[in-house]
Amino acid sequence: MYRYDQFDQALVNARVAQFRDQTARYLAGTLPADEFRHLRLRNGLYVQRFAPMLRIAIPYGTLSAKQLRMLAHIARKYDKGYGHFTTRQNIQFNWPKIEDVPDILADLATVEMHAIQTSGNCIRNVTADHLAGVARDELVDPRPYCELTRQWATEHPEFNWLPRKFKFAFSSSTTDRSATQVHDIGVHIIKNAAGEIGYEMVVGGGLGRTPVIGQVIREWLPEEDLLSYSEAILRVYNLLGRRDNIYKARIKITVKETGLAKFKEMVEAEWATIKDGPLKLKRADIARFQSFFTSFDYEASTASDTSYAEHLAKDSAFAAWAKRNLKAHRQPGYAIAFLSLKARGIAPGDVTHQQMDAIADLADRYSFGELRATHNQNLVFTDVRQADLYPLWQALVKLDLATPNIGLLTDVICCPGLDFCSLSNASSIAVAEEIFDRFESLDYQHDIGEIKLNMSGCMNGCGHHSVGHIGILGVDKKGEEWYQITLGGSSENKASLGDRTGPSVGREHIADAIQTIVHTYLELRANEDESFLACYQRVGMPPFKAALYPVAAAGEAA
Amino acid sequence: MSLLLDALGQPIRDLYLALADDAELPPVAAVIVSLSRWQAQADVLAVHAGAVAVQLPNTSDVLVLDAALLARPMLVLDFPGFADGRAYSQARRLRDRAGYPGRLRATGAAVVADQLAMMARCGISEFALREDQPLAICQAALSLEARPLPYQAAQDRSAAVFDARRG
Repeated sequence: MYRYDQFDQALVNARVAQFRDQTARYLAGTLPADEFRHLRLRNGLYVQRFAPMLRIAIPYGTLSAKQLRMLAHIARKYDKGYGHFTTRQNIQFNWPKIEDVPDILADLATVEMHAIQTSGNCIRNVTADHLAGVARDELVDPRPYCELTRQWATEHPEFNWLPRKFKFAFSSSTTDRSATQVHDIGVHIIKNAAGEIGYEMVVGGGLGRTPVIGQVIREWLPEEDLLSYSEAILRVYNLLGRRDNIYKARIKITVKETGLAKFKEMVEAEWATIKDGPLKLKRADIARFQSFFTSFDYEASTASDTSYAEHLAKDSAFAAWAKRNLKAHRQPGYAIAFLSLKARGIAPGDVTHQQMDAIADLADRYSFGELRATHNQNLVFTDVRQADLYPLWQALVKLDLATPNIGLLTDVICCPGLDFCSLSNASSIAVAEEIFDRFESLDYQHDIGEIKLNMSGCMNGCGHHSVGHIGILGVDKKGEEWYQITLGGSSENKASLGDRTGPSVGREHIADAIQTIVHTYLELRANEDESFLACYQRVGMPPFKAALYPVAAAGEAA
Repeated sequence: MSLLLDALGQPIRDLYLALADDAELPPVAAVIVSLSRWQAQADVLAVHAGAVAVQLPNTSDVLVLDAALLARPMLVLDFPGFADGRAYSQARRLRDRAGYPGRLRATGAAVVADQLAMMARCGISEFALREDQPLAICQAALSLEARPLPYQAAQDRSAAVFDARRG
C-alpha cells in the first residue's frame, strides 16, 4: 500500500496544527461559528443530531492493521467504543467532542491517516474497486492512479470552495464494483488498440435528490493527462456550477443545463492550455506510485493444500460461508475473504473497538497486514492462503463477522438514518433490522440469490437507494415515517436508476412490502439463474405493482 | 479602513481610491472602478491622469477581457462570501491563460486569515483584509516557513511535491 514520505507527513502534520489553531480560535470566540463550520467540515467534522461526527478518510478503502488498531484506540478513547464504515469506504465516529478532534487528528497523523476533505464542498475521498490488485477481471491496478489523484486533490488551492461536493471513483475491471457511473467523475482505466494505458472519462453522474447516470465526456484520455484533464473539468465547474440553489449545485446539473457537447467544448478549451504544463505525468511519476502497489510474496506451495477441501466437506457452516463470502483470487491457492458487517442486531457497517483490534490481528496473521473497506460497508481480506481459510473463519465466527450473506438480501447498504443524522426522516437502521429478521433464514436467502437492498433515511441518498435492485427511501409525512420503494436500480456496468413502485408505505408495512416483492420475483423468475434485477428488467413494473397495491390495481381494472 | 497585505504578509500602503459608480472621477488620484463603469466610460478613463484599476465581479469571464483591461496595473477580484470560490479560478485563468502580469488584489468577506494562503497560491498578490482580521494571524498564514511544500504546482512557487520527488 502507499506509504508517506516526508512531504506527505509534513502536509498532514501542518494540517493538524492549522485545525488545532482554528478550533482554539472558535472556542475562544474569535472565529465566527459559520466560518468554523466550513473549516471543520473540510476536516471531517459534522455536527449531527446528538453530537459531532468525525469522518476519517480511508483512501480507496485500503487500510493497514496498524491503522485499524489506531481506529480502535480512537473508538475507545474518544468515542463510545465503535465506528461506522460508510458507503465511501470511510469510517465515521459518532460521539467525539469538538475540543478532542485536534488530538484525534494528531493520533491519526502518526499512522499516515487524516480527515482532510472528507466533507464540505471540495474534492472528497477518492474511491476504487475494493478488489483492486487481486480481481481476476482487472486490466491494471487502479490504486496508483487513485493515489495520484488524491495527492493532486489534497489542499488543491483552487478547488476548496466549489459549488458542491465532488467525488471521484476509479475502476479498471470488466465488472464495475465502484459505481463509477454515479460519481461526479468516474474514471475507467482502459487500454487502446496500441496497448497503451489511458482513461475513459465519465462526468456528471450522482445520487442524492436528483440521481443521474454519468455521461462519457472523453472516450480516450492518454495516461499522462489524468490530472490536467481533471483540473480542466474542475475549473469549468467551479466557475459555471450554480451557487444559487444547493439542490442544483452538483456537476450533474451543470452538465445537464449546459449540455454535454457545450460542457465538453469548454473543458477541452481549458485543457488545451494546461495539458502540457506541470500536471502532465511522466512515466517515472506513475512508476513510482505503482511501486507501492506490487503484489505480495505469494507462496506457490499453498496451491497444493488439501485441508481446505476437507473442511468444506466436513463442515457445512464453513461451506456456506465459503460459498457466499469468498471470491476467486488471481493467485492459485489464495482467496479473497469478505468480513460481513451485516450481522443480526448490528447497524450495517458498525464495528466495535474489540472487533477492530481482533480484525487487525487476523489481518496480520492471514492477509499480509492489510484489509479493505467496501462501498457496500463490509471489509475484505484480499490475500488469504487457502489453508488459512478455516482458522480465519473460526475466528470470524467468534467475532460475529462471519454472517454468510455477502451479496444477499440482508447485506443491506444503509445510512445512519434518524438514529444519528440530523437530516434523516426515517430510522433506516431499525428497518434494516426488521428485514434482517424476516429474511434471516439462509436457505431462503440463498434461494433468492444475489440482490442489492439499499436504504436511505432521506432524499440525500447516502444509502444509495436509487441504485439498489430494491431501494427504500425514508420520507416524512406529517411527522410520520413512510417509505418510498424503487425497483431495478443498479450501480454496475449498465447503471440504472430504480423506478418507483407507487405510493409510499407506512412503517408497519415496509417489511411486508419487501417480502411481497421478493415473493413476486420468486414466482416470476424464468429459472433459478435469473437474478432479481434481470427478472425485473424482463417483466417490468406491472406485476410488482399489482402485488404491492392489489386494491389500486383492481380499481384501475374496473 | 482595512489593512492591505502583500503576498508575503507585509503591510503595504493603499494608493488606490475605490470609486463608487456614481462618484465623480477625481483629477489625478489612482482609482478602482467597477467593470461596468470601465465599460461605460472607457474613453474618459483611458486618458485619466492617475492609475485606473478595475474590479471584476466573480461571475465575469476573464478570458474575454480586452487588451486595454489586461494592461491595467491592477485588477481586483471579489470574494463576496466565505464559501464562494469562483475568484480562485478567475485568478488562475488570469495568470495562466491571459498571462496577466499586474497586481491582483483580493477583496470581500472571504479575505480572511484562513483563506489567504490558498489565494496566494492561485496568484493573488495583495489582500484587502476584512476589517475584523487580526494582523498577526494573517501574517502567520502567509509565512512561507509555516507552510509545507504543496502537492500541486500552482502560481506561487516553482516547486511542488511532485517536482521535488522528481529530484
